[in-house]
Amino acid sequence: MASRNISVSETSRPKLPRHAKLKFDETRQVWVILAPERVLAPDEIAVEVLQLCDGVRSVAQMVDTLAEKYAAPREAIATDVVAMLQDLADKGFLTEVRESTA
Amino acid sequence: MSDTLADNKTSTGPSDGLAVLESRRSAAETYGIPLAVLLEVTHRCPLQCPYCSNPVELDRGSTELTTEEWKRVLSELAELGVLQVHFSGGEPTARKDIVELVQHASDVGLYSNLITSAVLLTKDKLSALADAGLSHVQISFQGNEPVVADRVAGLKDAHRKKLEVARWTRELELPLTVNAVMHRQNLHQLSDIIQMAVDLDADRLEVANVQYYGWALKNRAALMPTIEQIEETSRIVEEAQLRLKGTLAIDYVVPDYYALRPKKCMGGWGRQFFNISPAGKVLPCHAAESITGLEFESVRSNHSIAWIWQNSEAFNRYRGTGWMPEPCKSCEFREVDYGGCRCQAYALTGDAGNTDPACALSPRHEQIFKQAEQESAGSQSRFLYRNFAGGTLETDERNGA
Repeated sequence: MASRNISVSETSRPKLPRHAKLKFDETRQVWVILAPERVLAPDEIAVEVLQLCDGVRSVAQMVDTLAEKYAAPREAIATDVVAMLQDLADKGFLTEVRESTA
Repeated sequence: MSDTLADNKTSTGPSDGLAVLESRRSAAETYGIPLAVLLEVTHRCPLQCPYCSNPVELDRGSTELTTEEWKRVLSELAELGVLQVHFSGGEPTARKDIVELVQHASDVGLYSNLITSAVLLTKDKLSALADAGLSHVQISFQGNEPVVADRVAGLKDAHRKKLEVARWTRELELPLTVNAVMHRQNLHQLSDIIQMAVDLDADRLEVANVQYYGWALKNRAALMPTIEQIEETSRIVEEAQLRLKGTLAIDYVVPDYYALRPKKCMGGWGRQFFNISPAGKVLPCHAAESITGLEFESVRSNHSIAWIWQNSEAFNRYRGTGWMPEPCKSCEFREVDYGGCRCQAYALTGDAGNTDPACALSPRHEQIFKQAEQESAGSQSRFLYRNFAGGTLETDERNGA
C-alpha cells in the first residue's frame, strides 16, 4: 500500500502518483494538476520542479539542475525545492518510488 | 451520486485551480466551459435508496446513449476544454461498456472518476478499469453495518460487498472516497462511519446530508433529521476533521432546511457545472428535469455541446442574477448563493423562478421549516424505494415495525 505520508529529503526520488496528473490545459493556456475531484493551478516554478519528478532523479539531482540553470546558490534552491515538494506530498500529489516495485 | 460533487467543489485553498482559472477570464467569457462534467451513463441500479438523486422519472435502458455516442461525447468534451469526467448513474458499472468508456476518456486526455455503489464490481473488472486509466473511485455507503445499510440500500449483502470493493480499490493503489449519505435513520452511526472510512484507508469522506428533492422529497418524513441530530452531527464532524487532519479529509454537506442561507446550488445555475443524462440531455443540474416547462437539448440534437452550454434557453433561463425576483433581486447575497436551488424552489413552491425556500428571507421558509421539523419528530420511518415503477413502499417486515 502506498504511503501518503512521505518525508521529502535530498535522497528522495519523487514522482506524481497515478491519480495526480500534470497537464498543459490548451483551452485555458495554463498548467494544471488533475487530482480526485480537484483541479489545481501550480505556479511556474512548481511546474518546472514537477516536470523533473520522474521517479528516477533524486531531489539532490533536481537541485543541481536548477542551481546550474538559474546560477543560484545550491543551498537556497535545495531549501525551497524540498519545502515545495513536501507541501505537494502532504496534499497527496507526490509519492516516492519504492524499491520493491518494478 | 454525491451532492458535494454536484456542488462542483473542484478545489480549495491558496492554489485553488478554479479561482485561478476563473480569474483569468474576461467578463464576456463568464460562462467558460466547466472543468468537470458529470456523466450519468445509466439510471439502472441494483440499489433502491429512498433518497436517490436521480429524477423520479428515470430514463429506461432502451433510451440510453450507445457506446459510440458516449465516445463522441467524451471526445467533444475533451476538445472543449473539460478536464475531468465523473462516471456516475444509476450504477455506471451496470453498463457493459464501462471499461471501454473509461479507456476512451483516457485516450482523449480526460481524468476520470468512478462514482459507484460497488455491488456489481469484481476484482477483475476494477483492475481493468484501473488499467484503462481510471484515477479515482468513490463508493457510497448507507451505514457502517449491514442491518441499517442493506435496509436503506434495499439490497441484501450490499454492505459486505462494498467493504470488499473498497479494499480492492486501495490494493490497486487507487484513491478512495467514501460517500455517506446521512439522514434521521442512520445519523446515529456517524462516528462509526468515520472510523470505517479510516479503517478502509480512504483518502476522503463525504458526509452528505440528504438534499430533499425527487425521491428524497417523497421520503422526507422518513428521512428528515431532527435539529438535535444536526447539531450533534456538526460537532462530530468538526471534531473528526481536526483529529484526522492529514489522514482523512472530510467534506460536510449540511441539510439546507436547517440553514438560514440557501446553498449555492451547482455553484450557480449554468455557471460552472453541467451533467449529461443517460438519454443524452445536457442539464444544468442532475435534478433539473424535475422542473417541468423547461426544454433541455440533447447531444443527439444538431447542436454542439458548446452551443447548448452557451445558448440554450434552459441554461440561460436562471443564469446570473437578471432573472431574480424579490427578495433575491436586491439582496446583498445574490451573487453569493445565486438564489439557492432552482429544483427545490420548483418542488416546494411550484415555480423554479422563486427564491429557494431554504433561505430565511423566502416568504415560504417559516412554513416549510416548521413542516420539516414536525416530520423529523414523527414516527413515519417506512421507505418508498426507488425503482423504474415509480417506487415501492417498504413492507412491515423489512421496516421491522
